[in-house]
Amino acid sequence: MRNALPVLTVLIAILAIWYVAVAPMNIRVALDQAQRGGAVLQPETALERQEVSVWSLMLRNPAQITQTYAMERPRLPTPVQVATELWSTTGEMALNGRAMSKRSLIYHGWITLQSTLWGFALGTALGILGAVAIVYSRVVNMSLMPWAIISQTVPIVALAPMIIVVSSQLGIQDRSVPKAIISAYLCYFPVLVGMVKGLRSPAHAQLDLLKTYNASGFQAFLKLRLPASVPYLFTSLKVGIAAALVGTIVGELPTGAISGLGARILIGDQFGTPLAIWAALVAAAVLAGVLVTLLDLAQRITLRRMGMQS
Amino acid sequence: MTWLVIALVFWLGAWAFNAWLANSRWGGQRGARIAVPIIFGITLLVLWEGLVRGLGVSPVILPAPSIVAQTFAASTDLLWEDFRQTVLKGALTGFAIGSAAAIVTAILIDRSAFLTRGLLPVGNFVAALPIVGIAPILVSWFGFDWQSKAAVVVVMVFFPILVNTVQGLRETDAMQRDLMRTYAAGYMQTLLKLRLPAAMPFVFNGLKIATTLALIGAIVAEYFGSPTRGMGFRISTGVGSLSIDLVWAEIFVAAIAGTAFYGIVVWIERAVTFWHPSQRR
Repeated sequence: MRNALPVLTVLIAILAIWYVAVAPMNIRVALDQAQRGGAVLQPETALERQEVSVWSLMLRNPAQITQTYAMERPRLPTPVQVATELWSTTGEMALNGRAMSKRSLIYHGWITLQSTLWGFALGTALGILGAVAIVYSRVVNMSLMPWAIISQTVPIVALAPMIIVVSSQLGIQDRSVPKAIISAYLCYFPVLVGMVKGLRSPAHAQLDLLKTYNASGFQAFLKLRLPASVPYLFTSLKVGIAAALVGTIVGELPTGAISGLGARILIGDQFGTPLAIWAALVAAAVLAGVLVTLLDLAQRITLRRMGMQS
Repeated sequence: MTWLVIALVFWLGAWAFNAWLANSRWGGQRGARIAVPIIFGITLLVLWEGLVRGLGVSPVILPAPSIVAQTFAASTDLLWEDFRQTVLKGALTGFAIGSAAAIVTAILIDRSAFLTRGLLPVGNFVAALPIVGIAPILVSWFGFDWQSKAAVVVVMVFFPILVNTVQGLRETDAMQRDLMRTYAAGYMQTLLKLRLPAAMPFVFNGLKIATTLALIGAIVAEYFGSPTRGMGFRISTGVGSLSIDLVWAEIFVAAIAGTAFYGIVVWIERAVTFWHPSQRR
């Protein structure tokens, strides 16, 4: 709570900058529209206006500035416009009982969330299994670890269209499978690295103690290494779920998907409706925030139960 | 069938050799540490080749590595042009502008403890957001050429580097700062000689994360409109026109570019933060 006031200040500052930026961003288009409506403007033709900076345009046509805040297809919408669009495609539709309509962002968010969670589950499982193999086998450690690092420096977006082509050629009609694979690809690495660190975190003295108890390797894993790795696991899960969401949206962007938040962004771009893009972006941000917060909550509860948090 | 058997035999043989090498007395040495992953990578390629040939997979679905290599050799001019457009112009320019802006912003914010406390949570949150989604907006603002790609990259790399630098600048402890005070060092001197060097491991952490993001941003932005060159453009049109071997050649270039970019940043990090425990031998 100590940070509430500073965070609020920063957020208000961002909103203020956003509001101020709307006028210069939109003034040219607004003036063109006003001219078509019959208004008399300062540099009279659109061609002449091209030569003048936005600031002098705003000074010379102060009457049109209010126009820039209420455009139907703005280059930069105001926060209120975005919020209104978001509300009319989520809350309002839910109130009307059409929460799962194809035009509702709740529906598209749900599609994205499903792929994200599948990818997250797959990536986490791969990451944990890989980490166990790396910690227990020297060969796996030496051969897999460098490639795991290289795999993350490969821009996944280059691979994304290929994953979709291959999976559709293999007869997988379901669009969510390639998206889940892409998000698993982005999300396994943080989990792998975190788990390797966590499984190796018990000190030698602790491992030796278990040896004096005549504990088998599997018992040592279950009773010492695994519990010790839980804090590391949760930290990397939070990174992982954010990465998984990015992966799903990247998987939806270049592929002509028709449902999902990434597809909304794509469709908004193709049909020239910037408000739809902005609303989908905010929805994705909210989704990311909710997922990370939920994991944070799970982390706190689990660690308190395990007695690891003061 | 023979291809499948050959691939499987090679796989088992390579794995056995790797296991022997890793557990032998050379296992801890530098040569083995490089050889083992390379053998593993070659094994994957051989498996891929064997599976594609053995199962008769159509080159439209998955071309064999040998075909990709031929395409790569045949179209180096095209690939170089795309590489220049996407990596050198789009990604590198955006990376330079974005990281410079982030580091300068971090130093400015750092003067106010209030702003730092407010910006760290916000920056951490924004760094976790799927920022790639702004690509279509920025493409419509800055046009189709590389400027819009650089803009996407600037926004994508800004927050991870900002958050890491702000954290790094808080890394010095009171004792070290007091020592600077006893030397009568001013703000600038303390910043340049103590706090910035101490922040470097964190800054490079952010830069390393940003290398991957930069390439992702530059390629995604090309899916939303680009001149008729660039890696993202070539990949999306290649998928459409079923020249999959060219797409894989582009993916190969992207992989090399990403790894090299990351490697260069790691190399600079080693030269700059030679004093840090993680870099000492």
